[in-house]
Amino acid sequence: MTTLKFILNMAWREGRAGGRRLLLLTTAISAGVAALVAIESFSENLRTGIAEQSRALLGADARIASRITPTQATTETVDSIARQGGAGTGDVASVTGFAGMAYLKRSGATRMVRVTAIAGEYPLYGTVRTTPADRWKGLTSDGRIALVDPSFLTGLQASIGDTLSLGEASFVVAGTVDNFPGDVGIESAFGPRVFIPSRYLAETSLLSFGARAEYEWYLRFPDSTRVEALAKAWRTKVNQRQLSLRTASDNEENLRSSLDQLGRYLSLIALIALLLGGIGVGSAVQVFLGQKREAIAVLRCLGATSLQLFAVYLLQAMIMGLIGSAVGVGLGLLLQLVLPHVFGEFLPLTVQIRPSPRAVFTGLLIGLWVSTIFALLPLLRVRSVPPLEVLRRPYETTRRERAELWTWVARITLVVSTVLLSIYQVGEIRKGLFFAGAIGFALLVLWLAALALIRGVRRWFPRRLPYVWRQGLANLYRPENQTVAVVLALGFGAFLLGALALVQHNLLRQLNLDAGPGKPNLVFFDIQPDQREGLADLLKQQGHPASAPVPIVPMRIRSINGRPVGQILADSAPKNREGEPIERWALRREFRSTYRDSIVHSEKVVVGLWWNPGSQKGPVFPISLETGVASDLGVTVRDTIVWDVQGVSITTRIANLREVNWARFEPNFFVVFPTGALEAAPQSYVVLTRASTSLELGEIQRQVVQRFSNITSIDLTTIQSAVERIVSSVVLAVRFMALFSLATGTIVLIGALATSRFQRVREAVLLKTLGAVRRQVLRIMLAEYAALGVLSAFVAMALASAAGWALTKYVFEVPFSVPWGGYLALGVGMIALTLVTGIWNSVEVFRRTPLEVLRGE
Amino acid sequence: MIRAESLTKSFLSGGRPLVVVKNISFQIEPKAFVAIVGPSGSGKTTLLGLLAGLDRPTEGRVVLDGQDLNTLDEDGRARFRSERVGFVFQSFHLIPTLTAQENVQVPLELRGEDAEQRAAELLQRVGLGGREHHYPSQLSGGEQQRVALARAFSIRPRILFADEPTGNLDAATGTRVISIMTELNEESGTTMVLVTHDADLAAKAHRVIRLADGAVVADSGNGVQQA
Repeated sequence: MTTLKFILNMAWREGRAGGRRLLLLTTAISAGVAALVAIESFSENLRTGIAEQSRALLGADARIASRITPTQATTETVDSIARQGGAGTGDVASVTGFAGMAYLKRSGATRMVRVTAIAGEYPLYGTVRTTPADRWKGLTSDGRIALVDPSFLTGLQASIGDTLSLGEASFVVAGTVDNFPGDVGIESAFGPRVFIPSRYLAETSLLSFGARAEYEWYLRFPDSTRVEALAKAWRTKVNQRQLSLRTASDNEENLRSSLDQLGRYLSLIALIALLLGGIGVGSAVQVFLGQKREAIAVLRCLGATSLQLFAVYLLQAMIMGLIGSAVGVGLGLLLQLVLPHVFGEFLPLTVQIRPSPRAVFTGLLIGLWVSTIFALLPLLRVRSVPPLEVLRRPYETTRRERAELWTWVARITLVVSTVLLSIYQVGEIRKGLFFAGAIGFALLVLWLAALALIRGVRRWFPRRLPYVWRQGLANLYRPENQTVAVVLALGFGAFLLGALALVQHNLLRQLNLDAGPGKPNLVFFDIQPDQREGLADLLKQQGHPASAPVPIVPMRIRSINGRPVGQILADSAPKNREGEPIERWALRREFRSTYRDSIVHSEKVVVGLWWNPGSQKGPVFPISLETGVASDLGVTVRDTIVWDVQGVSITTRIANLREVNWARFEPNFFVVFPTGALEAAPQSYVVLTRASTSLELGEIQRQVVQRFSNITSIDLTTIQSAVERIVSSVVLAVRFMALFSLATGTIVLIGALATSRFQRVREAVLLKTLGAVRRQVLRIMLAEYAALGVLSAFVAMALASAAGWALTKYVFEVPFSVPWGGYLALGVGMIALTLVTGIWNSVEVFRRTPLEVLRGE
Repeated sequence: MIRAESLTKSFLSGGRPLVVVKNISFQIEPKAFVAIVGPSGSGKTTLLGLLAGLDRPTEGRVVLDGQDLNTLDEDGRARFRSERVGFVFQSFHLIPTLTAQENVQVPLELRGEDAEQRAAELLQRVGLGGREHHYPSQLSGGEQQRVALARAFSIRPRILFADEPTGNLDAATGTRVISIMTELNEESGTTMVLVTHDADLAAKAHRVIRLADGAVVADSGNGVQQA
């Protein structure tokens, strides 16, 4: 009790007067906590929003979807489910979605659009906002009108009232759809949507053979219907018919889990900021204790035990950590107001921002925990301050003390905490361990580099350099140098930003490569056999070289190794013979396959052998599968697949697996057949061509649409801008979070440099006393900081290159290159940051006179 | 009250052992006022540190008020000091973040005693009534040393150690401090051991132990114990 009172009293008194000195600790932890709270609170708001709006997000209580043209059986299934759930006639809406070319009559401009044809009262829940207001209701009743995404108007320089053609049918643009429940902003990158009434769909003639469409039915049930039970009862049958069924709560669950995952990954970046902040806390506590050494020695003299003093300062560090966390929580709550703008492109709903008590509590707790854990190691040194220091400065040669038990306990706690925090943030043990391991590895490399610098400079000391440079470099290995802390703090932030920049650069570069001169940049698809020649002539006339038409034959899987797909799909968790899981989507999908006897340069055989051209006569044909889809189907070489090609069965055996570079702007396929197997099957074609200027691109697209309205074209610039938009939205979000790491890194840098400030000031003053002029003192410091900056930048860049290379090669699978210009700028920026922070930190050196400092000794 | 037996202290300096206190033995009676004098580097301060249990001897032992300090660990010695030992230092060593009164309270609080009234009384006693809530930086050197005196006497120590208590003060202030110190000593019957260069101050002591080169060369009380 006595001890507790003393500890509380002392902590309060010391904190009252010395709190300012722990400001560094407070700020170091704030940025990380702010990032964490912002992400967590925002995620929580998202979850609440999704739960509240789940039916509006789906637009119904349940949705049934099909990728094939609906048959009698499909309609019967939908009707039966609707009837059984108690849905009336007004409670069913149908939507058909596909890609097509829109042609604006007034200007002749064309654009690939996502056509959405609607019948019934879709969406059955939620409100669609339009300009002019309330136009949505009239869409299905007001004749030949279309509502469009606002980007349609801007992209085609069209205005409300214009007439647009979709295939053979024309519609008057009656308004724009400004907000559609469940919409994700980024989707519009793939082309604007055009909403039309379903009853004019046939008139467009766009759904010709080979066109790809999605058919959906939306159902609304009375409140008394147990939707989940209904879905459960129907799921097997729906799967067997190769349909998919999703209820509002399935949708909610899906959305929640994917947004949760996004949140988790972003909060990992926050965690990095927090851990960097932890390093800052360590430095701050070290600086603080450096100033408190005398007071500690006096208290020891007066009879305070080491445990009491340890507790006094631990309590102070914890209180400051808590204040820092509280400031962070406040900042985080403010920050989440900005997040909808940062992540808006990915969000299917408008989020109502309110502070989440859970996020606030977690932020406080994690902030307090991290600051405590990182404060522990330096604080343990309180116990070794001898009372004798009151009488004399320690002149005795300091021996490196062996780390004692408590130091090891503190170190292990630190490591275990980092691992646990990572696991908590990722929500998965394996990934958490991987993440903690990766952080540990990066820190280890930075730490080793710092040690190598210290040893290297010492060993190969450049004795011929002028004095000021030698002195500056020697500071790197002086007693109590901060080389390691600075390299860690600065290096880690730069490593993150560098790796990010590399990935972004390489993703975007790949697109630009494909747009190189001479390469195709325009693709036409849905070409019917009788249009082949006409299109070839047209392209020739216009002077555009066309590739040989690539045939596309739509097909579905009938059975794999003798097991019918319906049977496999009826399993609750479909597995192959080896017990590996089979992905449902792969079984359900429509495959758009081609046939040829040669391999193209965007692919390479990795398992098995290619077949001999022309040798295939059936009845069992060899086929080639893309590795990813083979793994999703749970099949490999020599497995048998029977295909349903427009009602005809074709038996095949997998001859080989291919790796495909999907990033290439070329027609690539999951399944390739040999010649001789599919020639007689109904098919459509794809043709690639090239137009040099955007004007030519527009012109050729316009001419093709006018003559063959069903042929859809995509130019590379559309894809490029879509990918650029997606990449930059993701990068914006990640970079936004990475900024916290950089901010924290800077605070840590300040802390690390402040640790040795007193020593530095004293040294500089001594130098001044001995006759050094300010310029020389400044140069000494510049030499030291420049060396630190260069080393940190170099190691960070090397690490970032390794990480960037691994990510581009193994995750994004595109070739790797280094953007030297940007990279150099980042490196120079880091060196400048070190110099500025260092000099700013040492301003005292120039301000104070020698006598002032020597007197204060 | 204090028994030093064959005290030796050596340090590592530049990797080599340096013997600072060489085999010193003596005994100090209760209520004695002893001055340890000697030139710089003679080992005075090291000896004081050993006597007060601030450091461990390399060889030999110190028995303080019946307690063999060698049998106590660092924290044990700290507890022992909090109960029986007071300190006054050349550089005052007040805790800069605490007010005058709080500085005086610390030793009492460490013992779990009610400290405020006693601290106020002591500050009054050393002539600092009304300055209780000033921080050290707001006090003059003499005033700071008086706060340090009040702090040292707050626990009514059995033994008071002082290291050059007038070393940082001008002559007049030094005299004032010493007179308060001796008054308090007489009032409370404390044994007092001080290290000093100040001949006037040493002259006030009942006994003077003179050191040179780490060894006792003269002892006005018990005669030279070790040449």
